[in-house]
Amino acid sequence: MHTTAIALIQLGAVFFGLGLLGRLAWRIGISPIPLYLLGGLAFGHGGLIPLTGIEEFTHIASEIGVILLLLLLGLEYSAAELMTGLKRSWMAGVVDIVLNATPGALAALVLGWGPVGALAMAGVTYISSSGIIAKVLGDLGRLGNRETPVVLSVLVFEDLAMAVYLPILTAVLAGVSFLGGLTAVGISLLAITVVLVIALKYGKYVSAVVDSPDAEVFLLKVLGSALLVAGLASQLQVSAAVGAFLLGIAISGSTAENATRMLEPLRDLFAAMFFVVFGLNTDPASIPPVLGLAVALAVVTTATKVATGWWAAKRQHIGKLGRARAGAALVARGEFSIVIASLTVASGAVDGRLAALATAYVLLMAVLGPVAARVVEPLAKLVRKRGTEPATA
Amino acid sequence: MIADMNVEVTPLPGIGTRQDFMIRAGRRIGVITYRDGKFELIVSSKDDPDDCSASIPLTPTEAGTLAGLLGAPQLVAHLRDQHSDITGISTKQFPIVPGSDFDGRTLGETELRTRTGASIVAVVRAGAVSPSPRPDFVFAGGDLVVVVGTADGLGQAADILGGG
Repeated sequence: MHTTAIALIQLGAVFFGLGLLGRLAWRIGISPIPLYLLGGLAFGHGGLIPLTGIEEFTHIASEIGVILLLLLLGLEYSAAELMTGLKRSWMAGVVDIVLNATPGALAALVLGWGPVGALAMAGVTYISSSGIIAKVLGDLGRLGNRETPVVLSVLVFEDLAMAVYLPILTAVLAGVSFLGGLTAVGISLLAITVVLVIALKYGKYVSAVVDSPDAEVFLLKVLGSALLVAGLASQLQVSAAVGAFLLGIAISGSTAENATRMLEPLRDLFAAMFFVVFGLNTDPASIPPVLGLAVALAVVTTATKVATGWWAAKRQHIGKLGRARAGAALVARGEFSIVIASLTVASGAVDGRLAALATAYVLLMAVLGPVAARVVEPLAKLVRKRGTEPATA
Repeated sequence: MIADMNVEVTPLPGIGTRQDFMIRAGRRIGVITYRDGKFELIVSSKDDPDDCSASIPLTPTEAGTLAGLLGAPQLVAHLRDQHSDITGISTKQFPIVPGSDFDGRTLGETELRTRTGASIVAVVRAGAVSPSPRPDFVFAGGDLVVVVGTADGLGQAADILGGG
């Protein structure tokens, strides 16, 4: 068969398969991310059927997937929202980092992956999945709840933290010197500050550059500028994803809304590709040895996220049930943990088992998160009942 | 005329805004406005004021209609206050039933003033008030028509607007 024909058939099968998996995921009420990862594991290295001849395309598609994930994350927030979120939630944000980055870092150190591995695993266990959480809160009708703004501002803080963390990780993984690392951090902090100031004061001009009444022109301009900014950021060692995130923040108002509407299907397509490619490059045989550790990490970091949410909600005078709901809502990890793991794997600077551990961990947490958010209320009520009723009842 | 309620405005980053207030019955009632312009009516649960027992998505027309239903008595009360110094004059509101005679016809065609002496001082549609509508104002089903007149005049107005 012609090579193009083979490539098309393989890609078609992959996309169609992902479609079926996505449908199954929404039907049983979980995020499709773990199923995409499993789909990727089933094929590729050590999987059932190796895919050949489409690596180049899938590689660049998965890169675009990461860029679009972060661009849309940036588009979701306006600079003003970020600033108020930051002011209101920085304490909770710091508690979040300390409680949830520590377990991952400790696990990496115990496994002997060194400080670089610790930095990467700290990110994997720290960052919640804002995609999964926003969807779950909407599905459960909790957007009007009092604890929801607490949850959302913790997520805002995490996303800003990512804008600082990713450039540091990129620099460290590239093995740059301490000075080089500092330069990368300096450039990214400067870029974040400049972008926030520009977005706050001149956001409409940035929007005007990409805006167009014509849908086709608009799509090309937004996508083009995102890839340009991401490429330049990558060249400056600041991480392509962060460049896209900052561009997203700078675009605001109705332009941002239109861009979100237009890019969402593209993001879903390329992000699905990203998860599959990550799964493809992970050998399924490497999962079972780290499964025990992944379960242990899942248990610990579920507890630490619940504690984070509980504490943050308590500070806002939310009742006990609301605190439990806020904690459970934050449990889900997903897309960004995989983004961190894939950066790490691509650099080759850390033990290969990190990819397996991150995969197993996200498989668990992306399923556990929505379940935790659902069962927390009946569970908390049960506990409360037991506590107040006499033991003989 | 409306006592100021303490409406709390809470930004929901990435989603929109929540505006709500505590009612005397001890519940929180409010609206979530999504960034794409959708609304949701929220009502907190009875036993947990942090939680919501209902979040009901509303289209702009539905939200407007609900606002009109709840707001119209306030408007009528306000107009009644304005006319209270004239004895024998009162204010009443009548709905234009969808599909009825005046659904889609103009205010002039009702000839309400000529026939009853009562006059239409305002029309409430989808939460928005059109004060002193002109004769070329076209009624639509669901409009609330506020009429000022004598008791007799209002009775006749009810017959005309209700059936024709």
